[in-house]
Amino acid sequence: MKVDTKPRVISKTTNILVIGGGHAGLCAAISARELGASVTLIEAGDRAMRGGNSRHTRNLRVMHNTPTACLVDAYTENEYWQDLLRVTGGQTNEMLARLTIQGSEPLLDWLMSHGVHFQPSLKGTLNLERTNAFFLGGGCALINALYIYAEKIGVCIHYGEEVVDVYTTNARFERCRTATGRCFSADALIVACGGFQANETWMAENWGPAAKNFLIRGTPYNRGIVLKALLDQGFARVGDPTQCHAVAIDARAPKYDGGIVSRLDSIPFGIVVNREAERFYDEGDDFWPKRYAIWGRLIAQQPDQIAYSIVDAKVIDKFMPSVFPAIQAETLTRLAGLLDLDAKQLQTTVSVYNQSIQPGRYDSAILDDARTEGIIPGKSHWALPIDTPPFYAYPVRPGITFTYLGLEVDKQARVMMEDGNASLNVFAAGEIMAGNVLGQGYCAGTGMTIGGVFGRMAGTHAANQASP
Amino acid sequence: MTENIPLTELHEESRRVFEICNACRYCEGFCGVFQEMVKHRTFSDTKLDHLANLCHNCTACYHACQYKPPHEFAINLPATLAAIRPLTWQAYAWPRGFAALLDQRGLWVTLVLATLLSLFLIISFALLDNSTLSHRHQGEGAFYKVIAHSTIVVLAGSSLLWSILAIVRSARNFIPSGTVFSASALRATITDISVLRHLGGGHGEGCNDQDEKFSNARRWFHHAAMYGFALCFAATCTATVYELILGRMSPFPYDSLPVLLGITGGVGLIVGPAGLCYLHLRAHPETKSLLGMDIAFSVQLMLTSVSGFALMLLRETQAMGWLLAIHLGIVLVFFITMPYTKMMHAIYRTLALIDFHRTN
Repeated sequence: MKVDTKPRVISKTTNILVIGGGHAGLCAAISARELGASVTLIEAGDRAMRGGNSRHTRNLRVMHNTPTACLVDAYTENEYWQDLLRVTGGQTNEMLARLTIQGSEPLLDWLMSHGVHFQPSLKGTLNLERTNAFFLGGGCALINALYIYAEKIGVCIHYGEEVVDVYTTNARFERCRTATGRCFSADALIVACGGFQANETWMAENWGPAAKNFLIRGTPYNRGIVLKALLDQGFARVGDPTQCHAVAIDARAPKYDGGIVSRLDSIPFGIVVNREAERFYDEGDDFWPKRYAIWGRLIAQQPDQIAYSIVDAKVIDKFMPSVFPAIQAETLTRLAGLLDLDAKQLQTTVSVYNQSIQPGRYDSAILDDARTEGIIPGKSHWALPIDTPPFYAYPVRPGITFTYLGLEVDKQARVMMEDGNASLNVFAAGEIMAGNVLGQGYCAGTGMTIGGVFGRMAGTHAANQASP
Repeated sequence: MTENIPLTELHEESRRVFEICNACRYCEGFCGVFQEMVKHRTFSDTKLDHLANLCHNCTACYHACQYKPPHEFAINLPATLAAIRPLTWQAYAWPRGFAALLDQRGLWVTLVLATLLSLFLIISFALLDNSTLSHRHQGEGAFYKVIAHSTIVVLAGSSLLWSILAIVRSARNFIPSGTVFSASALRATITDISVLRHLGGGHGEGCNDQDEKFSNARRWFHHAAMYGFALCFAATCTATVYELILGRMSPFPYDSLPVLLGITGGVGLIVGPAGLCYLHLRAHPETKSLLGMDIAFSVQLMLTSVSGFALMLLRETQAMGWLLAIHLGIVLVFFITMPYTKMMHAIYRTLALIDFHRTN
C-alpha cells in the first residue's frame, strides 16, 4: 500500500456522500436531502463542465398508459420490457428492469416538480415522441435545474473534486480521498460516477493500442477510478468488462465531449472503406437506428481505427449531416488524394461495388431490394451506384458512449458483494450500475431512466438507513 | 466583447454557430429562432439578420448549451445574435448614415439635441414676449400662453411625421419585397408582444438574468416600459381629443383622463427602463450585451417621464415656461431620433415575428 504524502483535510462528516454530479447523482442527493439527511455531493468536473455524460443527453424513456403533456399514445410496461429484452438479447435482470420501467412514470412527474422542463411532444425525432420525454433544452438544462434545486434545499456541492481512493472495510464505506487531498466520510455512500470509457489505460487492456484512437463522446471524467476501487475491494461486478457502446462518429470530433453533433447518418447511403480503400462490412444490412451501434466496433477492428463513409451527389441531401462538412471532390481519384487513400484501390472498390448492384427498386423507407450480388461483403439494401459527382467522404472513428462493466445492485440500489450479501452502506445509480439492466445493446433514453429511477431509490434507501 | 467587429465577420461567426446548432437541435423547443433554423441548411445574410431580430436574448439556449465555453466549440448564440442586432438596425436604417450617429454616442447626441432644442424653445419664448417665461400662468389654456397652440401642433406633427416616414422606409428595407402578411400572423405576433411570450424562456418561467435560474423580472420591467410608453401615448391622444374635439384646453385637472393616463404611464417609463438597465448591468458576463444605445434610450424614456412629472407638479409656478420648453425639447428629440434609437428594436422584432408566424 502506498503512503499518502498529501496533507489530509477531513471534511465534516455527512450522512450521505454522493460521488458524481450527473443526473443519477443529483436525483440521489435531492431524494436523500428531502428525507432530512445531510448530503454532500462531489463532482469531478468544474462548474462549467459539471454533469458528466448527462450534459449530452436529450430524453428519457417513460412508460405511460395514457397520453401525457410530453408523450403521445401509450407505452405499456410490457412493451417497454419487450423492447429492453430485444436490445439486450436477454442480458438483463428482469426484476431490476421492471423496477426501472415502473419507476419511469413517477420519475417524469418528480423531475417536473423539481424544476425540469419537458418539450411538448415533437415531430421528427426518430419517432420517439411516443416513448421518450424530451428535456426542454437538453441534458444541460436538466442538470442546471437539478443543481439549482439541490442547492436550494441545502445539498453541499463540491466541484473539481475527483475521487482517487475509496476505503471500505467489511462491505462498509469508510471514507474517500480526492485528487486535491481532501477526505470525505459519511454514514452511507452513493456512487453515481459512470463507467471507465475515458480511462485510456483501462480501455487498452481490452482493445490494445486501438484504444488511443477512440473518441469519447461524453465527459473526460468517467475514468472508472471508483468502480475499480470497489471491484478490488470485493464488491460484485455486472456486465461484460470488455464491452462498450461504440458508434461511428465523425473522426474530426473532439477527443472528449463531442456529444450529439459528431453523429453521422450517411453510412447506409453509400459505402464505407478502410485505410486500404477496401469495404469491410455490409452497409445496408438493416435500418440505421438498429445498426449504428455496431459500426464503432467494426471501425475499431480496422487499421488505425479509421474509415471513410463515401457517398455521391445523388444522396448527399438525404441524411442529417454531421457538423463537419463532407470532404468533396469531382472525381474519385481526387477524393482519394484528399483522404490520403490509394486512388487505384478506391477506384477498383467502387467499380466492383457498382457492377455488383442488381436491378431493384431503391426505397430508403423499407428494406428494399436494391442490393449487390457476388461481392464480399455485399450490401443487402439501399445499394445505389456511386457514380454521380461530386463525390463526398466523411472520415469516421469509433465514438465510445459508455462501458458495460458495472456494480451489481439489488432492488434497493444497494451494491452487492462478491459473497452474495448486500453492502451495508454503499449504493449505486446511473451508468455505474446500468449494466444490471442493459447487459448489452442500447435503447434510446433508457440510460437516463435507469439513472433517475435508481438515483431516487439510492437516495431514499441511503437516507432511511443513515437516520434510522 | 464584440465591439467593432464588422457585420460580415459576425455573419460568418453566426453561420458557424448555426451549423453546430443545426446538428444538435436540443434547443428547438425554446423559441422561433430554432424552429426557423431547422428549415435551413445554409443561411443568407438577410436570413441571419431576421434570426438576429427574432432572438429576444432570453439566453436560455446559452445556459442549456453543451458546447458553451469552455467547450472548444465555444457556442454562444445569444451573444452572437446580440452583436449582429444593432448592426442590422444601422444597415436597414433610412437614411442610412443617420443611424451611425446614435450608435455608441447615442446618449450624448440625444442629450445635446434635447438641450439645444429646449434652449431654442426657451429663447423663442423669450423673444416672443419677455414676460412669458417669468409669468405665472394658471388655469385652462395656460400652456398656450407660453407657446402658441399652432406652434406645438406644427412641431409635434412634423417630428412625428418625420419619424413615421423614416421608420416605414427602414422597415421596408428589412422586409423582403413581395412579402404578404396574413391576419393570423399579425394576430399571433400581437399576442406574443402583448405578453412578451419570448421573454418567458420557452416555459414561461422567464429569462436567465445572472445564471441558470429563471426570472420574469426582465419581462415585468419591459412590460412597465412598454405599457408605460403606450399609456403616455394614450394620454397624448386623449389630450388631443379633449382639445380639438371637446374644446377643453390643457393643462387638465389631476383627475382627468389624460393626466391619469400620463401619471400611470410615466411611472412605468421610470420603473421599466431603470429596472432593465439594472438587470443589464448585473447580467451574466458571457451574455451581457449592454450597449450605449440601451442606456441612451433608457435615459430618454426616463427624462421624458421626469420632465413630464416636473411640469405637472410645478405647472402653477413661474417655472412652468422653462419646464414646458424642456419637456417639449425632450419629447420632440425622442420622436426625431426614434428611427435610430433602441426604439427600433420594437419595429424589427415585430417584423421578424410576423415573418416567423407567416411561415411557421
